[in-house]
Parts: sequence; C-alpha cells; structure tokens
Amino acid sequence: MVSQIAPAATTDRSTPIDLGEAPTQPPRRPRRTGTYVLRGIAIGYVGVLVLVPLGVVLWRTIQQGLGTFWDTISDPTVVHAIVLTGVVAGIAVLLNVVFGIGMALLLARYRFPGRRLLNILIDLPLAVSPIVVGLALILVYGQEGGWLGGLGVQIIYSIPGMVLATVFVSLPLVVRALVPVLEEEGLDQELAARSLGANARQCFRRITLPTIKWALAYGVVLSLARAIGEFGAVKVVSGNVIGQTQTVTLLVDERAEQFEPGAYQASILLIAVTVICIVGVSLIHPPEGRS
Amino acid sequence: MGIAAIHISKTFGGVAALDDVTVEVGSGRLTALLGPSGGGKSTLLRIVGGLEEPDSGSVVIDGIAATGIPAQRRNVGFVFQHYAAFKHLSVYRNIAFGLEVRKRPKAEIKQRVTELLELVHLEKFADRMPSQLSGGQRQRMALARALAVEPSVLLLDEPFGALDTKVRKELRDWLRRLHDEVHVTTIFVTHDQDEALEVADELAVINNGRVEQVGSPDALYDHPANDFVMGFLGPVTRLGPRLIRPHDIDVFAARTSDAVEAKVTRLQRVGFEVRAELRASDTEPWVQLTRGQAESLALRPGDTVWLRPARDAATLAAS
Repeated sequence: MVSQIAPAATTDRSTPIDLGEAPTQPPRRPRRTGTYVLRGIAIGYVGVLVLVPLGVVLWRTIQQGLGTFWDTISDPTVVHAIVLTGVVAGIAVLLNVVFGIGMALLLARYRFPGRRLLNILIDLPLAVSPIVVGLALILVYGQEGGWLGGLGVQIIYSIPGMVLATVFVSLPLVVRALVPVLEEEGLDQELAARSLGANARQCFRRITLPTIKWALAYGVVLSLARAIGEFGAVKVVSGNVIGQTQTVTLLVDERAEQFEPGAYQASILLIAVTVICIVGVSLIHPPEGRS
Repeated sequence: MGIAAIHISKTFGGVAALDDVTVEVGSGRLTALLGPSGGGKSTLLRIVGGLEEPDSGSVVIDGIAATGIPAQRRNVGFVFQHYAAFKHLSVYRNIAFGLEVRKRPKAEIKQRVTELLELVHLEKFADRMPSQLSGGQRQRMALARALAVEPSVLLLDEPFGALDTKVRKELRDWLRRLHDEVHVTTIFVTHDQDEALEVADELAVINNGRVEQVGSPDALYDHPANDFVMGFLGPVTRLGPRLIRPHDIDVFAARTSDAVEAKVTRLQRVGFEVRAELRASDTEPWVQLTRGQAESLALRPGDTVWLRPARDAATLAAS
C-alpha cells in the first residue's frame, strides 16, 4: 500500500516545500465496484502475462525435484554455459562502465557538431532487433566476407563477438542513467574542485564519480540484467556451439526445442538472477532521488 | 601587485560579453565589479579565475602572467553564487578539499580546517552534510573552502545572490569584517549597488561589456562619470536641465534666489523618509526628505515650494 502522507515534492529542490499545502496527490476515489473491476483487470493482466508463465516454469522445476535441479546445473555443459554467461556479461558491463561514463560526459558536458545525432544513435540499440545487430556484426567482423574479418583475431563465433553484441544492446542503459544526473548537477562542483587545485583525475575521482555513483550503480545493474538475458544478438554471433559458445539463454532455447531436460532448471537460474537485479535496482533507486 | 586584467575581450556566439576591458585591483583590497545582469562582470571574474579563456587580453596576478594557466594552478579561491558545495562530502571535508588534493599532512589539514571553521562560525557543523545547512551557512562554508588553500586572490561571483534579504545583509557585514581580518585580495561581482557601496574598497561599474567608471564608492557616488553610473548607484531625478540625486535638492517654503518654483503633487512616506513628487515648469522632479524636514516645511499636496540644488551637489547635464 502506497503511503498517502508522503509529500509528492520531496525530490523537487527548485521550490521549497510548502508545508501548509496539501500534497499534490490525486484525490482518492471511494472504493466502489469500479475500483475492484479495475484492480481485477490490472492483476489479471500482470498475472496472465508474467506470473502464470513464470509460475509454470517454477512448478515444472519443483516437480522434477531438487535433486534434478542440482544435477542439471552441475552438469559440465550447463556449468560452462553459466561461466561463459558470467564472463561475457562481466566484460560487457565493464566496457559499459568505461564507455558509458565517457559517452555520458561527452553528451552532458560538451556541445559539438553531431551531438544530437549521437544522442539519437545511442538509443538505437534499444529499438533495433537484436537479431539485426547480430547479423550486422557478422557482416563487419565475419571471417568470410566480413569487412574487418581478416584481423587475425577470431571475433565472430567466439567471446569477443559475443561481448560486442552484448555491449551493443546494453550500453544505452548506462548512458541513459548517467546523462540526467550529470546535466542536473552541472559544472559548478567540478569547476570549484579545479579552482581548488584538483587535476582532471582528482576531479573525476573525488567529485564526478561520487556524484554519479548511484546512477552508475543503477545503470550497471540494469545493463547486467540485460547482458545476462540477451539472446538474439548473441545467438547469431556465437554460433551456439554447445560447451563452447553456448550461454545460458542459448542453452535454455536449445534444451526446450530438443525436449531435452534442463531448460526449466536453467530458466529458474536466469529468473533468480533477474529478480536479484530488479530488487537491487529498487534498492538503489531511492538514494538517487534524495537531494 | 594585486590583479590586473588588461584589454580583455570575449565574445559568446558573436555577442561581445567584454569589449577591451581593463581593470586593476590593488593588493589586499576588496573590489566590487558592479553592473546590471548580462553586463559581462561575471565573465570577467571567470576569466581572472581561469574558468574562462579570453579571446584577447591578459591577466596578471601578483605580477605573474596568468593567461593560459589553468584554474587549478592559478592559486585562486572561487566562490560561486549557488555555493557549488560538494554534496557528498561533510563540511569538514569540503573545506579540507584543496589541502587534500595538495597532499598536505593530516595534522596540518586538521589544524587549518579547524581555524577556518572558527573563522566562518561553523565549528559546530563540521560533520554535517551541505544539504543540512542553510544557504548562508553553505556560502560561508564555500568561502572557508576557498580560503583554505591560502589563495593569492579570492573571487566571489554574486556570492549572496541566492540568499534572502536579511541573510544577505548579515553576510555582507560579515564579509567586510572577514576581509579586514584576512586581507586577501578580493574581487566580488554583484548587481546590488547597496552591497557594493557598503562592502567594497573600490568599485568598477561594468555595463554592456565595458568599464563605465572605476573608483572608491564615495567618488563614484558623488562624482559619477555619466548618467548610467549615476543612475545605477542611486536614485536620480531631473531638476531643470540637470540630473541630480533627490536628496541633494533643498526645498524652501518661500521664494529664494536661484530656486525654481514647483508645486507638490504627491507626498509618500516610506519609513522615516518622505518622498515628495513635484511639478516644476518643465520637469517633474521628486525630492527625498527626512520626516523632520517634511514636517518643518509643513508640506501638503498642492503647496507651492522653491527648489534648488544643495551646495556641493553632484549634478550631470541631462542628455
């Protein structure tokens, strides 16, 4: 139940909070039949789309027993998939942090020709289908016929390509988390630090980073969840070689398709990680809104 | 010694913010850059502080050419209108920042910060976060932070602009006393003529990217170089062909030599002062009187009086 007492303006620091005025929350309707109908629709919608399918997966897993669950996820192929997913997502998130901060600083701090275009391009991965991303990467980096295929490093059908695909789809989440915070805080604190004798590195570490740390954590958790769950782009780029380039999502897909055991157990693992991420995000979010 | 900004020009997107401005500030003095918003005074301050590069001209701080030297090595203390408090650091750490980045020993930092906390009367607030301070306290913290590195110059950009009137008044008295104690060469930007007249040793009036006049507050008030300076520093009215301050007009109840005849149209009391609006033959001057003066003249709307500039009154030809 949402508290009705909390003033809606606590995060708004431009205007002082007027304590005399009632919080600007919509007046509550009296509970009538309509209220219950609306509630029923909302709960039913979420239930049919989310809870029932997830519940079925969970039920199937439990039905097959805890022993089966353990046996499945300790199976070498599955362990390999889990480790690979961790490695790819981990590297992708690290790259996202570095490039995300760089891009966000560029967008928030500098005015340059092409800035608007860059701003649009950053959102592109969120809109483009991951399959298309995967295909595009093959066209550029593929060993046969790819523009940059002859670099001597195998990119497609190996970890570098999978990392590239994952970074591509999850970078915007970090950038979009950082830009508003950087824009809101402005340059004053950094200029003050510089005038107090801080060099660029000290200024970044002591001022910029602490200022954006909650937003960064938020972006990192979101992009981690996205990276772990990525399927389409990684499927195209990885080649889905069992025990080599098969991530957990690819494993679930394959097992489910072949009616092989393990799909539910691996799914539960993915769901668990996602839930942890979502809970993490909701825990991170409040400090970001404080003044 | 002190600070010199010589032949500074700066344009933003084709608009001249500063046009060949030269200002010199004496060592240990408190100088105000006074002028209307958008007149270029903040830009000049930021150029002196190294936060902005001039298109042409040079900055000399304590005899050393500073143009091209980045802000971090100019040894300048900068105080921003909106405090620029480091929100994630306590008051103590805010003030210690400049010393910490200079890698000074912990004991020295502690001693210096403690001194500064006393100087700005924030001893009890050392462990607070900036969000737990009032605006005036935040600005005092910002000032202590700027002073911590023992800057050769202190630059204040509309330091009291974001505060309410009462706090602003208190802080400007406090700044004046602080400066008498610390004696660091200080430039502060303001658009409030009362603030400038009250606090500064010297004023530079800046308007439209140009210096209108430089001098002591008294000199500028009493001998304004032009009608802009006169009008910006205080009230101005017109008596015949001259511009004059409304408190520099003598009012007589009877015909007097050299005085012009005028009729009282309106009397308004504001606190202890009385504003008398009048109609003379060619102009409509107003006169600022004390309540005692108004009572001894027994002024009523409709009365006829005679007006004459007071002795030594500063007047300018009306354009």
